Formats: sequence, structure tokens, C-alpha cells
Amino acid sequence: MNKAYVDELIKIVGEEYVLTSIEDLHCYSYDATPGYSNMPEVVVRPANAKEVSEILKVATKNQIPVYTRGSGTNLSAGCVPMKGGIVLVMTRLNKLLEIDLENLVAVAEPGLVVAELNTAVAKHGLIYPPDPGTVATASLGGTISENAGGLRGLKYGVSKHYVMGLEVVLSTGEIIKTGGKNVKDVSGYDLTKLFTGAEGTLGIITKAIVKLVPAPEARKSMMAIFKDLDDAGKAVSGIIAAKIIPATLEIMDNASIRTTEDYAHVGLPLDAEAVLLIEVDGIKEVVEKEAAKVIAVLKENNAAEVHMAKDDAERDKIWAARRAALPALAKLRPTTFVEDATVPRSKVPDFLKAVSRISKKYNVTVGTFGHAGDGNMHPTIVCDLRDKEEMKNVYKAMDEMFTEAINLGGTLSGEHGIGLGKLPWMEKQHGPQAMNAMRSIKRALDPALILNPGKLLGEC
Amino acid sequence: MGIEAINAHDKELLTDIQDALANCMKCGNCQAVCPIYKEIGKESAVARGKLALMEGVLSGKVGITEHFEELMGLCLCCKACAANCPCGVKPDELVIRARQAIMKARGLGPIKTGVFKLLSNRPLFDFSLRMAGLFSPLSFKKLPGRMAAVARFPMPGLDVKKVMAPMAATPLRSKYSEVIKVKNPKMRVGFFTGCTINYMYTDIGDSVINVLKYNDVEVVIPKNQHCCGTPVSVYGDQERAKVFARHLIDVFEDYKLDYVVAACGTCTEALKLEYPHWFADDPQMKARAEKLAKKTYEISEFLVDVLKFKKDKLGTVNETVTLHDSCHMARGIHVTKQPREVLKAIPGIKFVDMKDSDRCCGSAGSFSMAHYDLSRDINDKKVANIKATGAGACAVSCPACRMHIMDGLVQNQVDTDVPHVVQLLDRSYKAGKAY
Ligand SMILES: Cc1cc2nc3c(=O)[nH]c(=O)nc-3n(C[C@H](O)[C@H](O)[C@H](O)COP(=O)(O)OP(=O)(O)OC[C@H]3O[C@@H](n4cnc5c(N)ncnc54)[C@H](O)[C@@H]3O)c2cc1C
Ligand code: SF4
Ligand code: SF4
Repeated sequence: MNKAYVDELIKIVGEEYVLTSIEDLHCYSYDATPGYSNMPEVVVRPANAKEVSEILKVATKNQIPVYTRGSGTNLSAGCVPMKGGIVLVMTRLNKLLEIDLENLVAVAEPGLVVAELNTAVAKHGLIYPPDPGTVATASLGGTISENAGGLRGLKYGVSKHYVMGLEVVLSTGEIIKTGGKNVKDVSGYDLTKLFTGAEGTLGIITKAIVKLVPAPEARKSMMAIFKDLDDAGKAVSGIIAAKIIPATLEIMDNASIRTTEDYAHVGLPLDAEAVLLIEVDGIKEVVEKEAAKVIAVLKENNAAEVHMAKDDAERDKIWAARRAALPALAKLRPTTFVEDATVPRSKVPDFLKAVSRISKKYNVTVGTFGHAGDGNMHPTIVCDLRDKEEMKNVYKAMDEMFTEAINLGGTLSGEHGIGLGKLPWMEKQHGPQAMNAMRSIKRALDPALILNPGKLLGEC
Repeated sequence: MGIEAINAHDKELLTDIQDALANCMKCGNCQAVCPIYKEIGKESAVARGKLALMEGVLSGKVGITEHFEELMGLCLCCKACAANCPCGVKPDELVIRARQAIMKARGLGPIKTGVFKLLSNRPLFDFSLRMAGLFSPLSFKKLPGRMAAVARFPMPGLDVKKVMAPMAATPLRSKYSEVIKVKNPKMRVGFFTGCTINYMYTDIGDSVINVLKYNDVEVVIPKNQHCCGTPVSVYGDQERAKVFARHLIDVFEDYKLDYVVAACGTCTEALKLEYPHWFADDPQMKARAEKLAKKTYEISEFLVDVLKFKKDKLGTVNETVTLHDSCHMARGIHVTKQPREVLKAIPGIKFVDMKDSDRCCGSAGSFSMAHYDLSRDINDKKVANIKATGAGACAVSCPACRMHIMDGLVQNQVDTDVPHVVQLLDRSYKAGKAY
């Protein structure tokens, strides 16, 4: 390849950090999303905000698309360079810059792996709550850009509740700062929130100030088995109505119970229609009281069996069942789509029934597990991307699932983002006017339209 | 041939792993555990990237180029990715498959061709390494106290700084008679020494023999045994590896043996798990391989699970000891409890587990020769974890790990010894006047 702009990039970051071989480019043609890949022209791995800024100046001048990449674990094709151009890898910016114990914030670069941030703050009795399933690999910048959530979302919220300030490089190369360490801050538009969840379409995050919270001193885990899905749904609403907000309130449907049991032998009954997995945390006395109340609500709603973990080993066993759900499904077939359609909490049983009906209608294998407490479901479709006929049905089934979620007052994505996969349903959810408003924001902040073009909003 | 034609040809070499590759869901979980990725930071270094490259070959987008070969070389075959993979993919095995395809498409590099040829010729190999042993004092400077030496002058293919094991003046198999009798033999056990123990770490071999003898085992050390074949197999020369395997099966079948033991996780895995695999499409050889596999044990595993080693005359060994679980022990043959059991049985030993005890030390056989600096960076993490335990000895179950960790400790000026587990048991028996 003989592109003059590549020489400029080499001048900025040094030859070692500009990749142009076919082999290296191929390795940045995909992320964790099935079905999308395309070769970039060049991969650049900058070391700091200044280099990012210089790179963006070159890209804007030459009208080259820029696809920012953290650890490449997103499920919405956010890193796939559909139009070639530059893949901008942020993993070298991985320093934890500061842990401010007086203000309970951490300042870090975007390439830092979230689990590493957590290990570092754990020494001070603190946690950074957003914990996606990929916490051991995902970068802080990637999770902020996807507004990632996780198991603790119900009580602790998602990434946007913890991002207090950002340093962002705009497509012009200008470096701006948003927010700060202030708990209260109403000065101007909330740009911090705007860049959070923007999927790399508005600017490149080069630094983040995030909120930390004290680690809970105690926790209690429970598992309840239901023969009837509606009872499980009522139990979920009942727990919340009892004014208890568990840290985690997860559900697994019959299909995922069966595959998980078959694979991991954790002792789940195959005829159960749903399993709820619950954890309450906080101050020891309160946790005891809340756990007792949760058990009462579960029984009131006809739980066939209720287990409470007596110690850490039993707790690990309960969560091993939930953690095994995805691997168990993924091992069934070569291709795995982990979706994240989300509905209001009260509609979870309706949505699960719809998914099961749709999977039968199109003869596709779907297991659903997810965060019942916040309505964030993960219908997981396993199939074989190489089988064209099967894929037609898979896409039809997906279409019906998303439409169903929207009809139930839900949303396309609770935490994985829109990227490319869910683009076709965006207008259905938001309407043309809201889409226009979003496009105007994009045009204002990225006038050259080079940042992750075509994603989230489609063409602008 | 045009590029397209070459790529089409390369493609055929990998078609049989198409399904295995399709099972990778590209979740990227392997990024959390791959020691090579942690150092290099490029996607091509992690399992996901390597598998994608193989898929690239299959789809005709990538050729089996020199760069492809280089990238497939950057794998320790440590199985950390496989152990962590939600889809049950075994990237380490697929990398070896890719290396086989590279062999077919590009041949072995000139250096490997020479070494592998030498390795294939048992008498010549034996002769060369014996000569190296005789001249070892000239070319290596021994480091006091520990079984370690640094090269006195640069040798081809060897980094000057690298601490190696001294070559033994007399190889193990020449030191002992082929059959070592005991008074009341409980059983007859073949000792598969492996190359490193035979030519370098004869002290490990001595301990194996002492310990087995004391436990009433008649030890047989077949004279004509040779390399297990793993070193050539992992670099893709599968045909040659099978020649080694066949030879070894022939040799060990000639003796009436109740069991076969090895004091190396990698060698044990070859006999126990790999051989039946290698002869999958040759039913007769497969049956013979399976027979050998069933008899084969790693030494700690054998002492604990089969022999129930004697504990009455264990003398005190005053030492803080930690354990490195080598890749093939932890994720290959899954033997991690037994070495701990041996160590904990020894009076005076204060056992402390290190952080990430099963993380690869970076040796991976000849990987540490080809990529010395990279393997040192990986090794430095191991050394830091060892140092943090304050242990005076880091026990191992693989001679290659012993050599590499010893190198790392010396380079980092850490004064910890690296004995094999069985050597500590031997020491304890001696202290207890068992023999
Ligand atoms: C098995 C599995 C389980 C998962 N479980 C969860 C879960 O429980 N909850 C959840 O929320 N997600 C989950 N995910 C999705 C994924 O892990 C998250 O989206 C994660 O936040 C992505 O982080 P990353 O570093 O890999 O980002 P990447 O995939 O590299 O990037 C994600 C997006 O952010 C952009 N981006 C990256 N860095 C920057 C930056 N510095 N500045 C601007 N834009 C940037 C990219 O352009 C891209 O659009 C899961 C994924 C997998 C494969
Ligand atoms: S090899 Fe396994 S862990 Fe790595 S990306 Fe593929 S599926 Fe994920
Ligand atoms: S076997 Fe080890 S070195 Fe090779 S890709 Fe897997 S984790 Fe990395």
C-alpha cells in the first residue's frame, strides 16, 4: 500500500506503531460481532492524546474514516472499519493516573482494562460498579463509549452513572475537557453524557474521570426455581414493590436452563420455566433483613424451590450457573448472537414468551437469560453463519424480537449499543424527528463525518 | 504461480480445521490470559487474531506468508486461552495445525531443518550432546551453588546472556545400568527420561531413581529411548514427530513394564494424551499408543496416586517453597494437586502458593531461544511472583521450566533455587536417612 498519509502517521507515532501488513490489517477487520468484517487501510496505535489529535488532523485533512478500537469486544460491530481507513487502537493509553480518595474518583486513560481499575481500587475498599461480562478484557474507553452495564446494573446503574468528566479529541484534532470531579455540575450542556455511549462517532476519549463507591460490606445470594414464568415475573415485581433493590436480579428461561444444565451440571431442574438468581448487598444487618424479605416474596409467588447461599462456596455455585449460560449456549453451534433488547421490568414475562414463540416459528435456537431487575434480556441465538438458509430465518426472528421489544415499550439495546446490527430498527424506535436531531449533533461535532461513519445513525 | 493460485493452494492445507475455527465467537476473552498478547499488545498475538488469520487463509484473504509464519511462531502453546474459552476452542492445537500447514507450504526454516535432522538421528544426536557435555566446562561458566551456567562465548542460536543448564559430562542413561534391581520389587516401572534430564539435568534423574528404588520399584531405563517428539510437533513437523512416537512405543513395548513414569509434564502429556491423537487414523498404532498412554504417569502423580509413597522416613528440609505449575501440568495432564501433596508431606517445608502459579514462564521449549527478549519479559512476571513469596526454592515439574526460570532468577539477581519436586523429596528421604 502506498498512501502518503500513512507516512504522516508514521511521523506521528513511529514506525513500530503503524501496522500495514495484510496479516495485521486482517486482525483488525472484525470485533466480537458475528457477520461483519472489512479490511482497514492502516492500523495506528497512539500513545497519548497529543498523538491522537495529530492523527485526527491528518485524517480530517485527507478525509479518511477513523474507527476507534479498545479491546474489540463489542457486539454491535462498533470497531469494524466498513469503509477501510484507519483503525485507531487505544490500548496503549492504559495508565491509571490517579485514585483520589477524598473525592472518591479515579482518573484513567481509556485503554485501561476495567478489571484492572477494579483491582487497583479494591485495595482502598472501593469499587467501580459497571461490570460487563467482559470485565476482564473490555477497556474503560470502550465501556464508556458503549455505556456498558452488567450484573449490578439494577442497584448500581451503568457506565453513564459513573462518568464524571472526560478528555475528548474532536475530529478536527482539538482537545476538549468535559465535566470534572464535581458531584454537582450544571454548567452548560452535559457533554460528558453526550460522549458516553456515543460509540466513537463524536470524538475520541483520551481520559476519563470516574466515580468510585465503597465496596458493600456484606452480601447474600439466593436462587429460586419457578414452574411458571408468570410467577417468576410477579416475584421480580414483588421484590421491587417490597422496596428492596437487589444488586443483582437475574433470570434464565427454560431453554437456557436446559442447555446450562446439560453442559455444566449445576443441578437446575429441566422442567423449570424460569430460575431467578438474586444478590442483595450492603450493611450486614440490612442485608440479612432484605434477604429474609426476598425469600418471603419468592415463596409468596409460588417458587418451587428457594436456596440461600450459606457461604462463599455456595455463592460461587449459584453464580457459576448464571455464568455458564452463555458458554453453554455458545458451544451448541458455531455462531452466537448475544442480543440485549430491553423492556420495562413488568413486561419481562411477556417478552420471554414472545421470544420462545418466535424461536419456534422460525425454528431457530434461542436461549434467554438476562437482567430481570432492569428488564435487560439477552436472547442468545445460536446458528451457523455459513448456512445461508438458516440465516434468513435467524434475521427474520431477530426482526420480530426487536419489533416485539419496541411494541412492549422497550428499547433495541440495553447495553451493547446500536453500531450496525440494530441500525434498521432505529427509526422505528425513535421516529424521524429524533433521528434528525441526533444527526445534527453528529454533523456539528464531526463535520468531516470521519468518525465511525455509518454507525449508530447510518449515513448522515 | 500467481498470488491467487498460491492462496488457493494454501487454503487446502487448512480445510480440515474449518469447523474448529468457526467455533470461535471472537469474544476476545483470550486477551485476558494470553502472555504473548500482554507483552506485544497486537491483535495478531492473541488467540482470536491467530484464529482469524487461519480463517483468512481459508477465505483466500491471507496467504501462508513469511509474516504468517512469524505470527504463528508467536505462541507458547500454553493453553491459557483454551482453558478460558467459552466456546471450547483449543487455539494452541490449531496453531500447531497452522504450523503443519506452514511446513507443507514453506518447509522448515534452515536452522530448524538442521536441528530437526540432528534430532532425528538418534546416535548422532546422542553423540553431539555427549560431546557438548564433555566440553561443557569450556564453553559454559558454571554458576556457584545452582545447576546453572552462562555461555562463556557466544554460540550460534544462543543469546549470550541466557543461563542454560550445564551439559552433563555423563548422560543419565550412561550412568545407570538399564535395569535397576531392588530387594522386594512391588512393580517394574519404565523411566522415560526425556532429553533435558538425560543430557542436562541428570540430578533430577538421580532423584527419580532414588525415590522409586526406596519405594520398592524396579526401575528400567530403556537405552534406546529418544525424544518424545513434542519439540518437532509443536513446530509443525508432524511426520517426524510420528517417527519419534513410533520409535518410543517400540522401545517401551520391548520391556515388560507395569508403568511408565516421566519427570516432565510435557513428555508425560506426549505419551499420555498426544500419541493416541497423532495416530488417530492408524487403528493399529492407535491401540498401541493407547496401551502406553494408560500406563504413563508423571512422577508426582505416580508417587501420590499409584505408589502412595512412603512417609515414615521423611527428614526435615527447612525451606520456604513455592510451586510453578507448568502449562502442560496444569492445563495438559491436569496434575496440580499431587506435587503440592508431595511438598506438603515433607517436614520443615513451609509451602506458599505464588500469584498466578499456572501462568506460563515463557520458556515453551525452543520458543525462548527464538524469541529470547520476549520470553524474558514473560519470565520477569513469573520471577516477580516467585520473589513476592520469599521462597528459597521454587519447585517445578518440567526441566525446561527449571532452566528458564533459573535464567530469569539469575538475570534478576534473585537468589532462589529451582529444584524439581522429586528432588526435594529425595533430599527429605536423605535427611531422614531412608538411604
Ligand atoms: C461474551 C460477551 C459478553 C458481554 N457482556 C456484556 C455485558 O454484560 N454488558 C455490556 O454492557 N456489554 C457486554 N458485552 C459487550 C462489550 O464487552 C462491551 O460493549 C464493552 O464495553 C466493549 O469494550 P471494548 O474495550 O471491547 O470496546 P470496543 O469493542 O473496542 O469498542 C466499543 C465501541 O467504543 C468505541 N470506542 C472504543 N474506545 C473508544 C475511545 N477511547 N473513544 C471513543 N470511542 C471508543 C469503538 O469505536 C466502538 O464503537 C459483552 C460482549 C461479549 C463478547
Ligand atoms: S478463542 Fe475462545 S476466548 Fe478467544 S475469541 Fe475465540 S471464542 Fe473467545
Ligand atoms: S496458547 Fe498461550 S501463548 Fe498461545 S495463544 Fe493461547 S494463551 Fe497465547
